[in-house]
Amino acid sequence: MILKPQLEDVKIIGFYLGKIIMGLALAMVVPIFISLCCWEINPALDFLVGIEISVMLGLILVCVCRTDKDLNWMQGMIVVSLSWVAAMLLGAIPMYLSGHWKSFLDACFDAMSGFATTGLVLVQDLEHISYTHNFWRHWIMFLGGQGIVVIALSFFVRGFSGAFKMYVGEAREEKILPNVINTSRFIWLVSIVYLVLGTLALGVTGILIGMKPFNSLFHGVCIFMTAFDTGGFSPQSQSILYYHSFAYETITVILMVFGALNFKLHYHLWAGNRKELVRNIETRTLFVSIVAIFSLVAVGLFQTGVYPKAIVLFRKGFYQLISGHSGTGFQTIYAPQFSADWNPLALAGMILAMSLGGAVCSTTGAIKMLRIGIIFKAFKEDLKRIIMPERAIVIEKFHHIRDVFLEDKLVRGALLITVAYIILYGFGALVGMSCGYPFLGALFESTSAAANVGLSCGITGTGMPAALKITYILQMWVGRLEFMSVFTILGFIFARIKGK
Amino acid sequence: MRKIFFVILSAVFLVFSPGAAFSQTLSSSDLIDNAGLYDGKLVTFSGEAIGDIMKRGDFAWVNVSDGKNSLGVWMSASLAKEIDFAGSYKTRGDKIEIVGVFHRACPEHGGDLDIHACSLRKIVSGGAVPEKTDFKKIKLSIILSGVLFLIWILTLFKRK
Repeated sequence: MILKPQLEDVKIIGFYLGKIIMGLALAMVVPIFISLCCWEINPALDFLVGIEISVMLGLILVCVCRTDKDLNWMQGMIVVSLSWVAAMLLGAIPMYLSGHWKSFLDACFDAMSGFATTGLVLVQDLEHISYTHNFWRHWIMFLGGQGIVVIALSFFVRGFSGAFKMYVGEAREEKILPNVINTSRFIWLVSIVYLVLGTLALGVTGILIGMKPFNSLFHGVCIFMTAFDTGGFSPQSQSILYYHSFAYETITVILMVFGALNFKLHYHLWAGNRKELVRNIETRTLFVSIVAIFSLVAVGLFQTGVYPKAIVLFRKGFYQLISGHSGTGFQTIYAPQFSADWNPLALAGMILAMSLGGAVCSTTGAIKMLRIGIIFKAFKEDLKRIIMPERAIVIEKFHHIRDVFLEDKLVRGALLITVAYIILYGFGALVGMSCGYPFLGALFESTSAAANVGLSCGITGTGMPAALKITYILQMWVGRLEFMSVFTILGFIFARIKGK
Repeated sequence: MRKIFFVILSAVFLVFSPGAAFSQTLSSSDLIDNAGLYDGKLVTFSGEAIGDIMKRGDFAWVNVSDGKNSLGVWMSASLAKEIDFAGSYKTRGDKIEIVGVFHRACPEHGGDLDIHACSLRKIVSGGAVPEKTDFKKIKLSIILSGVLFLIWILTLFKRK
């Protein structure tokens, strides 16, 4: 029997949603600080309006739904998924007010793309956008990559058991430390240490390649935030091509790879356990996957003959591949070049890389390496069962921080999420094709949106149909939260109608 | 030395391959979408200089936007000196016309799609764009502040 959700459920959801919205309002204070530093009045007003609306909504929800009850699983999941929708709608307000987005839908698209660390953009005239709004674009990517709820857990929520439910709802199943709030704080510690180092590296490189000191620092912070959080926004419309620098490309590749690694792995590396890097199933799978897929891309690019030298082919092919595989979305080629200059084999390699993603408990989206590794191990186990005598007991293990026995439950979970992602990629491709785009391009863009990558082959633009924009927004949202939180909303609505 | 060689090469290109030059100004979309067609040819491209003028020894990178895309233009530092303003939030960049050799995947610059400029002409000078305060936004934020204050008072009553 399905139980009908009660008003109490709605109140608990509303109360915690209100708290997270208040947290979002606080996040908008940071761009105001930037606007004061750069003396940008109108952008400061845009954010003031955004803060006022957010605080208003948050206050109303907290006041009307006030409760001291803890969250259950269903409520926790719904709070997470609704928080992301609220973040998109409220985060889009200052963006829309800037006049750099043609419609509120376009601003919502970029806000969701930012929070979900995707990187697809509809912004207009990015070259003349204020520092304040430009910072906000990168800041929401940083917040989204860490996890909006992770932030709330770290700073605004005192220890309560519902914390773990929200943490899981944000597609992070693994706890690094026994306490989920300490885990969230550790994620922040890692990110801030890398933020300082990454910004310094990029800032100094910026000065050395001829940028003005302030710009190089600003770009350094922004590019770090979107590289480490595998987002893909950049302060200029040319993405990384703007810098015309091999050093800049190299630093961003390192940051993208760091971002694609499990925070738990970072913890072990910090603790001096360097062997974990070599033994871990995720890093091994990632390495094999990068080598195999790069071979595909390289053959494809070689066939086209676009890149005259092997080193040039490597630089272009490898950069886009790491960007796609880590789910970042930085480009050192123009979007239409994917369709015009790259052949179907190279594009297929890129689609495959984007669809796989990085490690679990990292800032990447997509299927993720642990699941691919588990599925591969399951195949290996089944093959062994066929080859070996019937009486033989086949046991498969893998190493992920500790040795883990391969259980059917694990394989089932990995396969379910993988199938769900494949359906999501296909769904977006079908919508793209129904809007008149060719199959490969539609699949490329759909995979990029659903896997929170942000590479574009030229389909994403203000001119694309509203239905496709909404489809990509949904894909980014569902893909970032890895289905369960979003499905819980559907379950809640179903229970409200059919439940007793 | 490198600079002299670059200028001579461009001059030779201009004199001996007139058929290969596209005197008509091309848009960034034309160049990106038909990169194979224009690869290695002399093209004319115009737009606003944006961002940073990045000096690299005797040369410089200038990114030029025609409103749709920005293209990287590699030019001698002396040409880059003619640019006074590069576009940003508070600056309208100089509008310049570039005649140069277009590369679909420049072997000298890691495969970047770029233009190596032979000449530069300033079409329109840029300048500072003073920010005009939007009073509608001020009004809106004052009204919202009032509403917010009211809601806050109401929440205090509800708590009691």
